[in-house]
Amino acid sequence: MSNGFQVKSDPELWEKLGMDVARFAGMPPMLTNAYQNIFLSQHNRPERMAYFDDMVANIHTGRIREIYDAKQGGKPVIGTFCVYVPEELVIAAGGICIGLCGGAQGSIADAEKILPRNICPMVKSAFGFKVGKICPYFQVVDLVYGETTCDAKKKTWELLDRYVPTHVMEIPQMKRERDKRLWLDEVKDFKAAVDRITDTVADFDAVAAGIKTINAKRFALQRLNALRHHNPSPISGKDMLLIEQIAFYDEPVRFAQKVHELCDELEQRIGNGIAVAPASTPRIMVSGTPMALPNWKLHHIIESAGAIVVNEESCIGTRYYKDLIDEGATDLEQQLERLTERYMKIDCSCFTPNDDRIAQVLKEYEASGAEGIIDYCLQFCHTYNIEAVKLREACEARGIPFMSIETDYSPDDVGQLQTRVEAFLEQIRG
Amino acid sequence: MQVGIDLGSRTIKTVALKGGAVLQRRVVESGFEPHRQALQLLGDHPTARVVATGYGRHLMQQHAELDIITEIKAHALGARHLFPHCRTILDVGGQDSKVIQLSENGRIVNFQMNDKCAAGTGRFLEMMAVSLGYGLGEFGLAAGKADASTPINSMCAVFAESEVISLKNRGIPPAEIARSVHLAVASRLAAMVSKTGDCHHLVFTGGVANNKTLVAMLEMALRVPVLVPEDPSITGALGAALHAGCS
Repeated sequence: MSNGFQVKSDPELWEKLGMDVARFAGMPPMLTNAYQNIFLSQHNRPERMAYFDDMVANIHTGRIREIYDAKQGGKPVIGTFCVYVPEELVIAAGGICIGLCGGAQGSIADAEKILPRNICPMVKSAFGFKVGKICPYFQVVDLVYGETTCDAKKKTWELLDRYVPTHVMEIPQMKRERDKRLWLDEVKDFKAAVDRITDTVADFDAVAAGIKTINAKRFALQRLNALRHHNPSPISGKDMLLIEQIAFYDEPVRFAQKVHELCDELEQRIGNGIAVAPASTPRIMVSGTPMALPNWKLHHIIESAGAIVVNEESCIGTRYYKDLIDEGATDLEQQLERLTERYMKIDCSCFTPNDDRIAQVLKEYEASGAEGIIDYCLQFCHTYNIEAVKLREACEARGIPFMSIETDYSPDDVGQLQTRVEAFLEQIRG
Repeated sequence: MQVGIDLGSRTIKTVALKGGAVLQRRVVESGFEPHRQALQLLGDHPTARVVATGYGRHLMQQHAELDIITEIKAHALGARHLFPHCRTILDVGGQDSKVIQLSENGRIVNFQMNDKCAAGTGRFLEMMAVSLGYGLGEFGLAAGKADASTPINSMCAVFAESEVISLKNRGIPPAEIARSVHLAVASRLAAMVSKTGDCHHLVFTGGVANNKTLVAMLEMALRVPVLVPEDPSITGALGAALHAGCS
């Protein structure tokens, strides 16, 4: 274990961002502790994980400083909560696009002073981070772009707008021709809004460059995911999840480069037979709702029980990077159409019908060499929870061991989840 | 000699097997330091192969050389040993309720467990008994004798308690309320069994299966016979002991 690891603090910068500095001061030591226990205690990690460890050490300082400086230099910062918000267009207009905080229990009490209790923990956590002024990312953004993928989100945006300007993009919930037209219009409106904030008009070349940059980031993640599918796995599921989470807030060009460097190392490890766990380790695929940073609960339980997570069919996971945008468009209109086509392939459970997702889960199950699926559902995420019924049927029909769990960010069901995960592994081992 | 020890939320159970026959079985309160209690019980069998199960299994592993299995596997092994044709197991313990579905050859193919909520667990029944002033044994008997019931709507342990209190204050006889509580739990458990799969050859294990009124109500709700081991609370410990023989 590297004892030198520490999540850094920068109260001066936080003060400038209007944060509740006194309250936030406790956050870095807490994260240091959790990160040491959950990540740095793992055996035989790839050396190139050092970059990602450093991203965590600088999560509240170095990266924020970078974004803050770029913002002072005239680059607007846009925050998002969903993989449907096209970051390509933010990059094209010279802005910075970052995913926002929403994966911790600590901010939920702040949210519950205003929001109803019986809604999704991710929405409550995110809202709490803003009202409590305890997320530097929330404090540095000029604008939040919300969407209509669930009821809790779309109504929370109306309240969030009181604290930070929040715009909403309407995501249709079916995939018919008329829905596609609506979506294209939404994408055009999004571009116009981003252009307005950044005070530029992103032309064909700029959009082409934005698409190229984000395609390159998604491609790097695809390469990494394909390598981790090797048995025995050269990288743990927890480390993979962390990289997928960092993908939402790191600078995209540098991130893609660092992911490729890690991939080069993993190729060598595979060649030399170096792995993080023996080939006989039970291989689990996780599907379902996203796990915003620092939500490591399920992966940590699974890997502590002696299994390895080999795929995330999730918005933090393949749903974010499985598809690229066709780069062959010849004019701006066509570019936006191709972009929309790519986004329409994302199979979020907000769609009906959504059988493509079931097919996608099964495809990824095969590709990853998994031996069972744990479907993860955040409490009150009704669409994923109900879709688990169809997923279970599809798995049972194929003899795939399947377990669905519903949980939140609190630690009080950890013992119970451990029992369920261990029993699932006993079921797989027979 | 093989010993299975089940460190449950309320009690610790041990079963010692020799040559396939049960040599000894014990049930004691968990107390405040369950692992000390457990180590003392294991002191009876210093040379045995031991397998631990239950919520305290990881704690046990920190204090003694032994293997562990989950309660789910332990109850499956135990129930199958007692009833070789068993395909579905309902285990209701102090803290949780589980339904386990087995294939024809006894492999676990599916299982469900109640989530964070205490509805339909031994603890739920205990809390309701206390608020009606019954001991656990008389609670079931009173429910069995009552000839009327009033629907209980709340399955949240805390809300159900308020509901029971308000029924008492409306002058509803305690036995009638006891019956209502039992019906509500039976219907919840029946739904859980039906959801997990087919309920043929259903075995009911765990301490709550000692409650004959609940067993009868479950049979009514599911319309199948419910098989109950002679001492349902030791099924998990028995399964663990059996596992000690094959590990």
